[in-house]
Amino acid sequence: MKVFAALGVLLLVTSTASAFDIEAMPTPEMQERYDGLTHELRCMQCQNQSIADSPVGLASDLRRDVREQIIAGKTDAEIREMMVARYGNIILFRPPFQRGTAWVWIAPFLFLLIGVLVGVRIVRKRTSLVAGDDSVIDTDETAR
Amino acid sequence: MNRFLLPAAIFLALSGVLYIGVVHSPNKSTMQSALLGKPVPTFNLPVLGSPGTSLTNAQLAGRSWVLNVWGTWCAACRDEHEVLLAIGQQNVLPLVGLNWKDEDDAALDWLKQLGNPYSVVAVDKDGRTAIDFGVYGAPETFFIDPDGRVQYRHVGPMTAEVWQREFISRIPQGALP
Repeated sequence: MKVFAALGVLLLVTSTASAFDIEAMPTPEMQERYDGLTHELRCMQCQNQSIADSPVGLASDLRRDVREQIIAGKTDAEIREMMVARYGNIILFRPPFQRGTAWVWIAPFLFLLIGVLVGVRIVRKRTSLVAGDDSVIDTDETAR
Repeated sequence: MNRFLLPAAIFLALSGVLYIGVVHSPNKSTMQSALLGKPVPTFNLPVLGSPGTSLTNAQLAGRSWVLNVWGTWCAACRDEHEVLLAIGQQNVLPLVGLNWKDEDDAALDWLKQLGNPYSVVAVDKDGRTAIDFGVYGAPETFFIDPDGRVQYRHVGPMTAEVWQREFISRIPQGALP
């Protein structure tokens, strides 16, 4: 029970859009962009959290930066570009498709393809067993 | 036996991929600066202990210099302080301190008690300059060349070896006394 309560609290904390911000953005559109950007920028001190989810000082400084840039009229792409210029591609949870990052995007599909090929092979083998000779399987079964 | 060959091959291949991933995973202490080869960010910051005066990146142009990001809240900064003092005494490069998100009084106390290795300390109270430098944890130390370009960034406490290997070696020929 206690575990569930703890999980519930955790969920509550992590699902809040910007748990550490007191100040809202001036317009709902800006708020939406702010929430989006802060969730796709990595906190460089605690690398598996976004700056929206991290309580450390650097993350709050970067959130302030995002807020100011949005208000100053910068586009999302310009803000991402500025962050990459300072911290490198690693600050983006969705890095651009480039020479150095291509494998990040390709590898999952490659593994999926391998999985599908293996699956097809197994299914083919089994179907050919059934289609081939029933009596062999029957003997097998009775032999056990 | 043959039916194990393919799974074993796949297992080995996957192990290899994961091994490379683990070995090359972004290590916090070895992450390269995105600023390498790029111009040093512009800044205009108050000088610690001298109210009314400020330090700009333009004032430092024309020769190599070193920027050390520190704060009194940073335990690893205390660890490297001895090394910084020794470096300061060598006096081969201007050692500029960037006091990051700190209190002036605490910073002045720290330098009084532990000694002051810096040529000058700039105060970055709200952390904006540190962000421009791509700082993600103190201490960090940057080498900037006479053209005002960032040539190296060391993350973590400075050591005599790193200083010799990565900083002294980058001083242009003829600039050493």
